[in-house]
Amino acid sequence: MNIKKYVAYRLISSFFVLFGLSLLIFSLSRLVPGDPARLALGPMAPQWAVDKLRAQLHLDEPVYIQYIYWVTNVFRGDLGQSLVTRRGVFNDIFEFFPATFELVIFSVILSTSLAIILGVTSGKYANSLWDNIVRVTSYVGIAIPSFVWAIMSVFIFGYLLRWFPTLGRLSSGVVMPTKVTGLLLVDSLIAGRLGVFRDAFYHMILPGTSLVISRLAQEARITRASVVENLHKDYIMAARSFGIPERTITLKYLLKPSLIPTVAIMGMDIAGSMGGSFIVETIFNWPGLGRYGMSAMLSNDINAIVGVVMLIGVFFAFMNILVDLITAYLDPRIMMKLRGG
Amino acid sequence: MNTELMKERWRRNWYKFSRNPLSILGLAVVLAIILIAIFADFFAPYPEHAFVFVDFKNAKRPPCWQYLCGTDMAGRDILSRIFFGFRYSLVMAVSVLSVATPPGVLLGLVAGYMRDTWVDIAIMRVADVFLSVPSMVLALAVCSMLEPTLYNAMLAVTVMWWPWYTRLVYGAASSIKNEYFVQAAEVTGASTFHILFGEIFPNCLSTIFTKMTLDVGWVILIGSTLSFVGLGAQPPTPDLGTMVSDGSKYIPAQWWISLFPALFIVVIILGFNLLGDGVRDMLAGD
Repeated sequence: MNIKKYVAYRLISSFFVLFGLSLLIFSLSRLVPGDPARLALGPMAPQWAVDKLRAQLHLDEPVYIQYIYWVTNVFRGDLGQSLVTRRGVFNDIFEFFPATFELVIFSVILSTSLAIILGVTSGKYANSLWDNIVRVTSYVGIAIPSFVWAIMSVFIFGYLLRWFPTLGRLSSGVVMPTKVTGLLLVDSLIAGRLGVFRDAFYHMILPGTSLVISRLAQEARITRASVVENLHKDYIMAARSFGIPERTITLKYLLKPSLIPTVAIMGMDIAGSMGGSFIVETIFNWPGLGRYGMSAMLSNDINAIVGVVMLIGVFFAFMNILVDLITAYLDPRIMMKLRGG
Repeated sequence: MNTELMKERWRRNWYKFSRNPLSILGLAVVLAIILIAIFADFFAPYPEHAFVFVDFKNAKRPPCWQYLCGTDMAGRDILSRIFFGFRYSLVMAVSVLSVATPPGVLLGLVAGYMRDTWVDIAIMRVADVFLSVPSMVLALAVCSMLEPTLYNAMLAVTVMWWPWYTRLVYGAASSIKNEYFVQAAEVTGASTFHILFGEIFPNCLSTIFTKMTLDVGWVILIGSTLSFVGLGAQPPTPDLGTMVSDGSKYIPAQWWISLFPALFIVVIILGFNLLGDGVRDMLAGD
């Protein structure tokens, strides 16, 4: 199997899995107790309006017919109307996704790079004071749920120390840069406004760390373990006996094989961050998909819930394929399996 | 297996486990939490404060000798409520794991033993569907579609938890099925039931058991997150997640209302993680 075939195979199987996911989440959403139309319109709405909405949503027909309507619409790029915002779910998602994407990517880059630095330095000097500090901290870090860290960091860094802002993506009064990608860090650079870049960056620190705190600790441990394992391998010894500088050994020969396990779980990281974004965005009032999804869930907005879950499924599937390709690039053994069949 | 051998094995396991002081610490924390949860009425300084109780004269008192963790907006002692909160966290973990594990393990055994047949494909693809979105998202979605109660939160977490066991046991079972002792059983005409539960299952036990101990912390984490967003236990139930979320409205002035429950969530999860690591090291290579 070559790479192209492998990617094609993964895409096709993801398609089937996503089809299954849509069946699951759609039928679940139709089992909601109570009438979604009544919930959307409120208790004061006249009965004829509720009936009209029910008809519009095909709620009076059997679930499988509703599903067929839904699927045909999905292929036309229509995920139905949000029962709360009264706009197309697709538009809503399109509007809210960049903010979440920016936050998730930021937090994953942050956690992976910090974890590598911590893991490599503590693994290289195993059993030193630094190593012990990192190990104990990461033990505690793993046990911190993201909402706990969010609350604590708002209190400590937001109110007590006043280092970072705690709400939204930009300070009030700062004008949004012209929308190009929807990612504020990128857009502000394109517009050449460094002040906005700085402000947006500062706003990402607390929600970003909240998303990844326990994964960061977990990754640091995994990296440390694989560094310690590789440190005493023969090829490192050989490199050392050739008189290759220690720096080169660490950066060139030790780092690459030690990173494989860390990168391999990046897919899980992205998943974790996506899941965490529902809670973290709600706490930090971050105008992203997570907050949108959370409010849809709390108000029983079935079309929006199904839409958000499906989009996350698609995103997650692509990310997993990407991560597997990166792992194959780092690990020649996996690459050979892909090439050789 | 005779009792002498059994004793010897336990002694060796305990030796392996107790060599790491962190495992002992984890065990101690977990035992303490279990004891406090069971005898919360006895340990809590003000057991009557756990559920509905109002004492506005002593509301929002900062931590002091009388109220070690302070009091909340209704004047309830926070430490007492935390002790009762342990109960809900433990009940959550025990019920989710004991309901999700058996079907997950069973499906994994069957799929692994019948590898590359349609049974395998059917089971594993269904498991894939459940694993195709982050667990937290699925749990939140399922939870939001049900009435927000502690029972439904457990149900939602159970629904997303079984596939992990299916995948784990599938991997183990499909490699064990090629071992000679399984083939010997097949040749001598043992029933499929016997091969699954008499030959393969016992060899997966330590893997399953390790995962279960490591999972307790995760279940508690997800459970407390669900009640934090209001989709789990409802007030006045003294659930740690609910307490953090109720108290968060009073940050920064009355920080203790939400920070102490939050700290204890970390302590519970940390305790179970340390214990789980110890169990894993103990059973590894056994």
